[in-house]
Amino acid sequence: MITHAGVEDQLRRLAPQVLGALVRRYGHFDLSEDAVQEALLAAAMQWPEQGVPENPRGWLITVASRRLTDELRSEQARRRREDAAAAEVPADKAVAPAPGEEQLLDQDDTLTLLFLCCHPALSPASQIALTLRAVGGLTTAQIASAFLVPEPTMAQRISRAKQRIKTTGIPFHLPPEPERAERLRAVLHVLYLIFNEGYTASSGPDLLRSELTTEAIRLNREVRRLLPDDGEVAGLLALMLLTDARRPARTRPDGALIPLAEQDRELWYADSIQEGLALVTGALAQAPIGPYQLQAAIAAVHAEAARAEDTDWAQILALYELLERISPNPMVTLNHAVAVAMVRGPEAALDLLETLETDDRIAGHHRLDAVRAHLLEMAGDYDAARSSYRAAARRTTSLPEQRYLEARAARLAVGR
Amino acid sequence: MKYVVLIYNNPGAFEALSEEDRNVLSTEADAFFKEFGESGEFVGGSALADPSNSKTVRVRDGVPAVTDGPFAEAKEQLAGYYVLDCENIDRATEIAARDPAAKFWAVEVRPIMDTAGTEM
Repeated sequence: MITHAGVEDQLRRLAPQVLGALVRRYGHFDLSEDAVQEALLAAAMQWPEQGVPENPRGWLITVASRRLTDELRSEQARRRREDAAAAEVPADKAVAPAPGEEQLLDQDDTLTLLFLCCHPALSPASQIALTLRAVGGLTTAQIASAFLVPEPTMAQRISRAKQRIKTTGIPFHLPPEPERAERLRAVLHVLYLIFNEGYTASSGPDLLRSELTTEAIRLNREVRRLLPDDGEVAGLLALMLLTDARRPARTRPDGALIPLAEQDRELWYADSIQEGLALVTGALAQAPIGPYQLQAAIAAVHAEAARAEDTDWAQILALYELLERISPNPMVTLNHAVAVAMVRGPEAALDLLETLETDDRIAGHHRLDAVRAHLLEMAGDYDAARSSYRAAARRTTSLPEQRYLEARAARLAVGR
Repeated sequence: MKYVVLIYNNPGAFEALSEEDRNVLSTEADAFFKEFGESGEFVGGSALADPSNSKTVRVRDGVPAVTDGPFAEAKEQLAGYYVLDCENIDRATEIAARDPAAKFWAVEVRPIMDTAGTEM
């Protein structure tokens, strides 16, 4: 007996391959995508009852092709009725492939699709939505729930993205070599955003949202299967695994946030840590170094410490110095400052924070106030720490963060 | 990020407009909601009834006391609201500036608190 979950996993994996085959054969990314969704839906209903067909991929391609050709024919007919001009779709595009063309269908286009969905002509919100639907095989309703918006809003984003692909004429092939590295960065960034959206969500009512981490990890594994030698692909996967390993320890049952130093490390997922450590070690040994690998390496140092006080802060500091050199940005400086505090003391770290006060990208951001508050608390300046915690609490737009920051401020008010 | 846009005016402000202005407002508002609905940034919202239709509820010692209206003489009232889901507050402000209500009265753009957060 096939379980529904088993079928769903299989369908999600096949979705981009089937879509790739259709786009290759017929063009029309937008219509093909709709046809594939319909075929997936048909399979999700039929397979658990009637059994999985012998060639599931072929079954899906056949069903989706039929839907697509029906759609193309009715569109052609519509156009003919409305406009006497010749139909845009060449007749030979709407028929079954000639023998020999079949081998085209054996190609795995998952990567090409990812590049298409993460094309820089699309807004980040569109890239994310389209990636989850066309590559992840999620339904619009599932994506809408995960992002806490109504289904019609998400449907608009997806159709807007498909429209944009059509009007800008983005071709369906892998980007040429000179652009490929940069385009891969865009793909990885989208996966990173999907992961973060899920990771920040607590469990319970946000369950659908937190499944985004699982999906981001699954898609990252797919990319790694297709690009096994890319260090940043491995680095991002390691970073996700090592971060996600902390999930069971990062919140209290009431949803309150627990900082890294106070987490019960026994609760961390040991398997994810093992896999993440192996990945980052392998990547750092072979590939040119990149920002995801360095962030994963930092997460790895934390993961290797059995207790918070065993953390090798000197190593973390060295990694942040390297990260700041190859990929400088104010968030990195902020985290770098925390490492400086742990190695050289809070005063040196506060000096480093000063450099951010005039940086428009982060001045006024609650994280800057929150880190300053921690450093002032370490330095024993409790009054200043308290007002920084309060400033951070006012500025954050996250309820659990606000609760955490207010609790820190209150603790300083009573305890000292 | 989600933002709520709050539209403030005086009670009776819409009626006080000339017919021409009222037409401008309705036509532009239709176009506005269509455009940002199609961009996938408009999440939902509503105009609100006149505050004279409101009830205010206060529960004290477990006993609810219900009174009419928010306050006796409203100067500024909340006339409507909508939610945007967009990249950042600059984008939300850019959208709100296209709202014809901003041309006649004022709109406030405020971030909506998220129930998710990261470890600090």
